[in-house]
Amino acid sequence: MNITIRIPSPLRRFTEQAAQIELNANTVGEALMALNAQYPDLQTQLMDEQGKLRNFVNIFHNKIDIKQLQGMESTLDEGSELRIVPAIAGGKK
Amino acid sequence: MSPSLTPSELSRYSRHIMLPEMGVEGQQALKAASVLIVGAGGLGSPLCLYLAAAGIGTLGIIDNDTVDETNLQRQILYNMDDIGLSKVDCATSRLRKLNPYINIQPYHTALSSQNALDIIQPYDLVIDGTDNFPTRYLVNDACVLLNKPNVYGSIFRFEGQATVFNYSKGPCYRCLYPAPPPPGLVPSCAEGGVLGILPAIIASIQATEAIKIITGIGTTLTGRLLIYEALDMKFDELTIVRDQHCCLCGEQPTIKGLTNYQQFCGIADTPIDVTYGEIASQELKTLIDTNTAPTIIDVREPYEREICHIEGSQHIPMQQISNHLQEFDPNQELLFYCKLGGRSAKVCQLFTDNGYQRVTNLKGGIMAWANEIDTTLTQY
Ligand SMILES: [Zn+2]
Repeated sequence: MNITIRIPSPLRRFTEQAAQIELNANTVGEALMALNAQYPDLQTQLMDEQGKLRNFVNIFHNKIDIKQLQGMESTLDEGSELRIVPAIAGGKK
Repeated sequence: MSPSLTPSELSRYSRHIMLPEMGVEGQQALKAASVLIVGAGGLGSPLCLYLAAAGIGTLGIIDNDTVDETNLQRQILYNMDDIGLSKVDCATSRLRKLNPYINIQPYHTALSSQNALDIIQPYDLVIDGTDNFPTRYLVNDACVLLNKPNVYGSIFRFEGQATVFNYSKGPCYRCLYPAPPPPGLVPSCAEGGVLGILPAIIASIQATEAIKIITGIGTTLTGRLLIYEALDMKFDELTIVRDQHCCLCGEQPTIKGLTNYQQFCGIADTPIDVTYGEIASQELKTLIDTNTAPTIIDVREPYEREICHIEGSQHIPMQQISNHLQEFDPNQELLFYCKLGGRSAKVCQLFTDNGYQRVTNLKGGIMAWANEIDTTLTQY
């Protein structure tokens, strides 16, 4: 499936500033693997040593949190959109 | 019983009262309401102005900071005369002039595990306008423990997030993000920058949600995380749900009181594998004066270097530093600095990871240097 992944600005320094990445994958896990292969520095930002998604990163498939779907096994459709949404804290300063 | 409105209040709020959804009843509900705004900065400025103007009966404002010139790019509560003064004092006097019909309750302190429950308890609703993870988790936890809605907003560079936590069976912040990123992984606004208008958009959304919750009109953002991207001018909403396993608001919560949030966010802990040294400005000054200083490298952006720099330092912006690793001898003594010491710490880590043995970070960055050693430098 041809899908797109949207990269939030805090992580774009790991994707050569790309905001959107198009790739081919059948599941969320495959898509993240392909993304990490393309941008190895991104891997440690998104995953822990066990390959689990970090606690401060959420992935949404077509606007639904993959935790409400089948997690990394969630299947993608042609034209699916994945969004990476990390915790951000700014507001006051 | 809702408080009645005086003739001058009826006149002042007439554009609200005309709205069929609002009416006199809605405006009375606003007058009866108490809202605590945590943080009187980028988000807090428009929050204070709009909620005071809207006639929220009691507005609590908590902040420990003073106004600084770099705040004025986005913190529209303040002006040049306020520089150096307490934010909460300036906010209070400005808001009393804007709306004498409401009560302003200032708190000249930082919200902490010790005071949060007492401060939040009397309020109907809390608005989170803070700028750091420890306070965000503290606000969230206190709101869940006291069962108060938490109107959330957060900004970074050109992006913002907003939602309502802990309201009508919706999720809390920990349902969404059980733990914060380790310090240093996500740059702060002070290091990452922020578009000055961005907080106004997110704060306006927060203020709207607060008014909707108080008056009971419309559909709130609970269960929806609103994402705003200024560069693409896109609003997106993502579905979020309460996590039944949430350690705070789930069915079997393990958190039953406030904790040490600095520690939780890894800030008080000394990182275990720090292998580089750290020195204070005064020590560096001594080394320079005795001609024993290491090679000093400024890793900030070019525009920052134009504002000020340490005499005799080289310049390699952080983004390019990995391309320059080979240029240094692994036995060479290297000292890195940035604005506050956060970015240069990451560079130090990169060098030590690559086998450089004699790497030092300047504690507090050039701002500490400008405060303690060379006071002629422009601070920013
Ligand atoms: Zn929760």
